[in-house]
Amino acid sequence: MDHSADEKEKIIMKDFLATPIFGVLLSIVCYEAGIIIQRRWRHPMLNPLLLAMVFVILILTVFDIPKETYDLGGSYILFLLGPATVVMAVPLYRQINLLKKDWLPILVGIFAGSATSVLSVIGLAKVFHVDLEIAVSMLPKSVTTAIGMEISKEVGGVVSLTVAVIVLTGILGAVIGPFILKVLGIKDEVAQGVAMGTAAHAVGTSKAMELGETQGAMSGLSIGIAGLATVLIIPLLIGLLG
Amino acid sequence: MKLLRQLAWVLFVLFLGELLRVFLGISIPGTVIGMILLFLLLLSGLLKLEQVADISNFLLDHLAFFFVPAGVGLMANFQVIKEAWVPILSIIGISTVLVMGVTGWTIQLMKKRKSS
Repeated sequence: MDHSADEKEKIIMKDFLATPIFGVLLSIVCYEAGIIIQRRWRHPMLNPLLLAMVFVILILTVFDIPKETYDLGGSYILFLLGPATVVMAVPLYRQINLLKKDWLPILVGIFAGSATSVLSVIGLAKVFHVDLEIAVSMLPKSVTTAIGMEISKEVGGVVSLTVAVIVLTGILGAVIGPFILKVLGIKDEVAQGVAMGTAAHAVGTSKAMELGETQGAMSGLSIGIAGLATVLIIPLLIGLLG
Repeated sequence: MKLLRQLAWVLFVLFLGELLRVFLGISIPGTVIGMILLFLLLLSGLLKLEQVADISNFLLDHLAFFFVPAGVGLMANFQVIKEAWVPILSIIGISTVLVMGVTGWTIQLMKKRKSS
């Protein structure tokens, strides 16, 4: 009898949670908790996005709530990534003078960086003896999720793994980016921004915006161009994986 | 009302982007085409900055938050990641440092050469 009461309670809870409100609210609460924790301890590893992901996953796992229930609300948030990508044109427009002045170094830098990303994944996948399927899924790791998913589909990767790798790359780039720029002696504001955006897409851009408006704008403009560059580069280099 | 109208402009541009993607049959996502379109609209003055400024600030200020559901998608790949997390994280880490270095140095070098 205990068992069936337990089951019944579970079904009631799932019905109760099966509205978009749950996923949206849980995401916001977990993200806000992440921001509070970061403000309190100020360690770069305490990235609010990373913390929010961990909290949501923990809560879903502990209370045995299916991911589909969460996704009812999660998909509303994911939808906003579309308009958010479009308005990345705004900081770019605000920085039009910087772009006009340095368009050639910016373009060459982004193409060199995107080629480095693809080549290093191919090379390192061989060094670490990673399965071909994982390696292919990792190829678009530095581009924004929307573009990366399309690339992954095209080259036969596992799309959800690609999304995971893209998010991890973004978080890592945002967390270690400012430190890496310092160590490598990259002081130029334009170079800093483009490096963040090319290596770590929109998550890197959210960090670049904290470094300064120029860095933020340059990072934002790099996302789209790096995506285009990667779309063009992968077909040329994918043969090296075989 | 202001925000709603601004959101409508952004969604309209995004819609055009998706439409162009389908008609041109290219594998560039509609969101990126939308970004290029919005940039051109602002440059040409057909759309004023004030017509999208507030909604842009809202969306860009919360950019990292919009990735939370995508990140939770990691759950679906626990098995693969559990078995290969060392190489996956190593590749991501090393590659990220390389990309930042190559991109940053290239731009810094080219800018220096131009100015000297």
